[in-house]
Formats: sequence, C-alpha cells, structure tokens
Amino acid sequence: MEKGAAVTPPRPRRPALPPLARFLIRRVLMAILLAWGVTLVTFVLTNLVPGDPVAANLGQRAMNDPEIVAQWRAEHGLDKPLWEQYGLYLQGLVQGDLGDSQQSHRPVSQDLAEAVPATLELAGAAILISLVLGVAFGVIAALRRDRLSDHLLRLVSLIGISVPTFWLALVAFYVFFYRLQITPGSGRVDPALGAPPPVTGLHTVDALLAGQWDVFGSAAGHLITPALVLALYTIGLLTRFTRSAVLEVLGQDYVRAARAKGLPGRVILFRYVLRSALVPVITVAGLAFGSLLSGTVLVEAIFAWPGIGQYAYKSATTLDLPAVMGVGLVVGVVYLVINLIVDVLYGVIDPRVRLR
Amino acid sequence: MRRDPLARKGLLGRLPQAWRQPLAVSGVVIAVAWLVIAVAAPWLAPHDPLAQELPRLAPPGPDHWFGTDQLGRDILSRVMHGARVSIPLTLALVALSLLIGGLLGACAGYFGRWVDETIMRLADLVFAFPTVILAMVVAAALGASLTNAVLAVLVVAWPAYARVTRGLVLGVREREFVLSGRLLGFSAWRSLRVDVLPNVTGPILVLATLDIGTALLLLSGLSFLGLGAKPPSPEWGAMVSSGVEVFDSWWVATFPGLAILTVVLAFNFLGDTLRDALDPRTARAIKERAL
Repeated sequence: MEKGAAVTPPRPRRPALPPLARFLIRRVLMAILLAWGVTLVTFVLTNLVPGDPVAANLGQRAMNDPEIVAQWRAEHGLDKPLWEQYGLYLQGLVQGDLGDSQQSHRPVSQDLAEAVPATLELAGAAILISLVLGVAFGVIAALRRDRLSDHLLRLVSLIGISVPTFWLALVAFYVFFYRLQITPGSGRVDPALGAPPPVTGLHTVDALLAGQWDVFGSAAGHLITPALVLALYTIGLLTRFTRSAVLEVLGQDYVRAARAKGLPGRVILFRYVLRSALVPVITVAGLAFGSLLSGTVLVEAIFAWPGIGQYAYKSATTLDLPAVMGVGLVVGVVYLVINLIVDVLYGVIDPRVRLR
Repeated sequence: MRRDPLARKGLLGRLPQAWRQPLAVSGVVIAVAWLVIAVAAPWLAPHDPLAQELPRLAPPGPDHWFGTDQLGRDILSRVMHGARVSIPLTLALVALSLLIGGLLGACAGYFGRWVDETIMRLADLVFAFPTVILAMVVAAALGASLTNAVLAVLVVAWPAYARVTRGLVLGVREREFVLSGRLLGFSAWRSLRVDVLPNVTGPILVLATLDIGTALLLLSGLSFLGLGAKPPSPEWGAMVSSGVEVFDSWWVATFPGLAILTVVLAFNFLGDTLRDALDPRTARAIKERAL
C-alpha cells in the first residue's frame, strides 16, 4: 500500500478524498441510480401488461358494478395518468413512504419491515453454511485432485446445483418433520413460546440478546432445515468455484517458490493459496446471495416462513402494485449493498486491487 | 485464415479425452434417454396421462410403478409425458435467450460507446433483481400460462449471454484478422458474422448447455408457484405442487421432482464436460501438480 502510494504521482488540483471514500461515493451513487431504475422497471412491467389489479383484488360481483370499480381506482390513485402515478410514488418514496398495500391495507413499509428480517435471517444462515462448507469442500477437492474424494465432491456439488429447491424443501419437510419428527414444522418459532422482544428482527439473535434460551433453541430449530435446503445450491456453486480458484493459484510461481523454500503445507495453504483464491470466491458468494433471495420464494412457501418471498408471491399474484414495487426496491437495494460489501472485501483481501 | 486456428484445434483435440469421463458418459446417457422418452412417450407410457380411471392415491406397485395421484392418474405416464412439455420448452427458451442475449452482447462489445452503455446498464438492472422474483412479477403480470412463464424466464435469462458475448467480442475485436476485414471494407454485420462469431461460439455454447438446467429449474419453479402450466397439463413443477396437497402420499411429488433433477443433472454434466474440453485455464491447471 505505502509503496504503491509513493509511485502514484500526486494529483493536481483535487487534493481530494482517500480512494476508498471516492470509491464508496461512486458506488453509492450508482446504487441509488440502479434502485431508481428498479422502481421504474417494476412500475412499467406491472402497468404495461394485460393483468388488471382491479380484477385481481375485487370479486366478480363488485367488478360488475362500475361505481365500485371507479371508487376502488380512485382510492388507490389508479384513475390518474400513469406518469402522475409514478411521480406521486417517487414523491412518497423520497419521504420513506412506499404507499399502502392493496391487500393488507397497511403501509408497504410496515409489511416489509416484518418480512425482510425473516428472510435475512434465513438467507444469512444459508450463506454462512454455504461459505463454510463450500470453501472447505472446494479446498479439499483441489488438494486431492483426481482422487476419489475429488470426484465424490464434484458429484455432490453438481447434484447441489441441479436439485429443484422447491422439491428438496418438500422432501426435507416430509422426511425430517413428518416422518422422523426431529425438526419442528413450519414457521419461525414455536407459537407457544412466542417471538423474542424485537431488536434486530432476527429471532435467533433477539432471543440470545434477551437471554431466552428456550426461544433461541426453538428459533434455531425452525431455521436449520430451510436454511440447509436453501444452502445446498450455493454450497455446490461455491465448492466448484473454490476448487478451480485454488487450483489456479496452486499453479502460480510464488506458490512453487514457497514450496521450494520448504514452507510447511499448512502455511502455504492459508497464507499463500487461500488468500488469493478467496477473491473470486467472494465474488461468487455475493452473486450467490442473489440466488439465495430467489430461492427463498420457493422455500418460504413450503416452510410457511413469513418472509419477503411469501410477501412477493402474494403481492405478485394479486398484482398489488405498491407491494410489488416495494419488494423490488428492497430486494434490489439488499443486492446492491451485498455487492458493495463484496467490492470492499476485495480490497481487504487483495491489496493489488485497492488502488484501482 | 479468418478463424483463430488455435481455438479450434484446442477444442477438437481435447474432446475425446474429456468425453471419456464417467460424468460425461452418464450425462450423455441420461440426456439421450430423456430425449427418447420425450419423443416416444405416447408409445412408452402405460396409461393415458390425463385419464382419471385408476384407483386414487395408490402407492407405487407392480401395476403402476410410480403410483397414482389424487385424481387416479398414472404418475409414471404423466412423468413421461411431462418430458414432452418441459424439455422442448426449455430448449427453445435457452435458444431464444442465447440469440437475444448474444446479439445484444455482440452489438455492445462491437460498437461500444452508447450502444454498450445502454445494453449493459439494462443487463445490470435485470441482474439487480433476484431471478425468481422478477420472473414471478412478469409471469403474474402477463397472466399464468406456460408461454408467459417462458417469456418471464426469457426476460431474466438474456443478460448472462449478453455479458459473456460482450466480453468475448471485446477480446477479438482488436485482433488483426478482424481489423484487416474492416480495412477491406466489410460492413459491421459481415465483420461480426464472418470474423467475430466463429471465435465466440464455443464458450457461449458451453454457457447455454449449463443454462439448460437453470432454465428448467426456473420454469418448473414458476409452474410450482402456479404461474406456469395449467392443472391438467403433466408439467413436472405443477405435479410437485399438486403433491403438496396430498402430503401423505409421498410418491405424487417425489417422482416428478426426480425427473427434473435428472434432466438438470444430465445437462450440467454435459456442460461441465464441454467446459473442461474448452477452457484453457482449467486445462493448464490440470497439468500442474498440487501441494
């Protein structure tokens, strides 16, 4: 870092911000632009298509009464021209108002505030599981290349990325809950115990903070099966990428030099190989988080997990426009934030990219 | 010589060895078996997939190997006929997204500047959405039908091809044989078709093969959510979904799910093999010895 800084010629005029701050500002501006794009895309998609939110929300008898239809349209601002609807939406958005859901008759932001932590808990647990197992499997496969364990791990990771998540969720629910009865059923926590006092919205963390061990046990028990089901795909993905990343680094000259120097294998693995192999792995993990958010839609349906996937499904099928746009926005922003974290982590792991 | 001679030799020279791997062989066998089933289902299937004439929810047995569903239909026959629904649609879907994404990506990479910016920012936008949620919104907005589900998946599938094609085109755009073609007065279209295209097809075909599995998962996922195939149709995702209602009778959901799994697995085996045969970085890594 110091050496590189000395080589860079001092910039004239702008004695400006440190590179990280400049980078962050640029990325945040990009993220805001993309988030705006997300609202525009959702708005256009849900408005320029044949589906009619009125038909989706009112019954057939109410549909036949033009007065009720007109009243409903006026109530939800659907009688105004499209650009005005969008303008009003943006105006509210800047003030943190995402509109009211046509289904739940509550502010969308309130609905989302309940659904997002549930999904983050599920997806977070899944990504943790897949990082630990995926990287470990990938390293083992690379170090034992072309042996039996490598072939087995390759098969396992291929199966992992090929299993239909919704089917696996169903099978897991059937086997572990219905047949073996070793996991609790649907939901986030045993209703008899009730949710822990909300701090972060993540039941496991909140229960620990409150010192409620029985609630923590119940929440963790409810979490583990859906998280594992969700993680299988990303485990497969990360195993494959870690394997090829480690293999590529193993062929580098500096690794050969370290080996020629007689460094123990453990030191070479952790200090030399893993450090640079982790950069591509982290990119993939960031992308994988997106696919986890996708997977939650299917997994939440089976495990009755009250998260954003269920909410998205309900609002998409009823063409609840404000809710759909809220989901798109939140999910898009979560995804952008994850990518931002990934980019910052690059710099932490690999100093070569810091100055770019 | 317009084609990059090394690229072609590398692919053909390595194919036989890569295709002798057990995963490659089983991939070919399973994929061919499913294609045969898809073509010959009317003759192979023991029952009419729509006929509701058997005992309801009969467990798997010698009479009907995969059991029957809640309407007394033979699940084996339905799974076989399901191949006729899912496999052609998935292949068409991947071919279409390859065409659209490939063309847009090639334009972005070849012309650069505002064309590039417009197309790639659009792709970024699609990437910022989780695929299932975006596809779900599109499918719900268009109305639930299998065709609309395909359209919805198309919307989320093209950007991957655009990105890869763009990167590849950027790589060959400045090579001598492309430049000399341009200097000879080739139009942009001819230059793309004659000089650029042959050098980017290999990797894109690998991507497409790997993508067949993803597309089928997404398509059946939408049907599972009730946004794709309509009830009597023996679509695999919809069949798994109907198995949720009769939880006790595990066979209703299990077999169509296994059908999806095996098809996706077979195409992933094939895609993996193709990639190993093609990717010089992997090939180089294989020569080196580990710790």
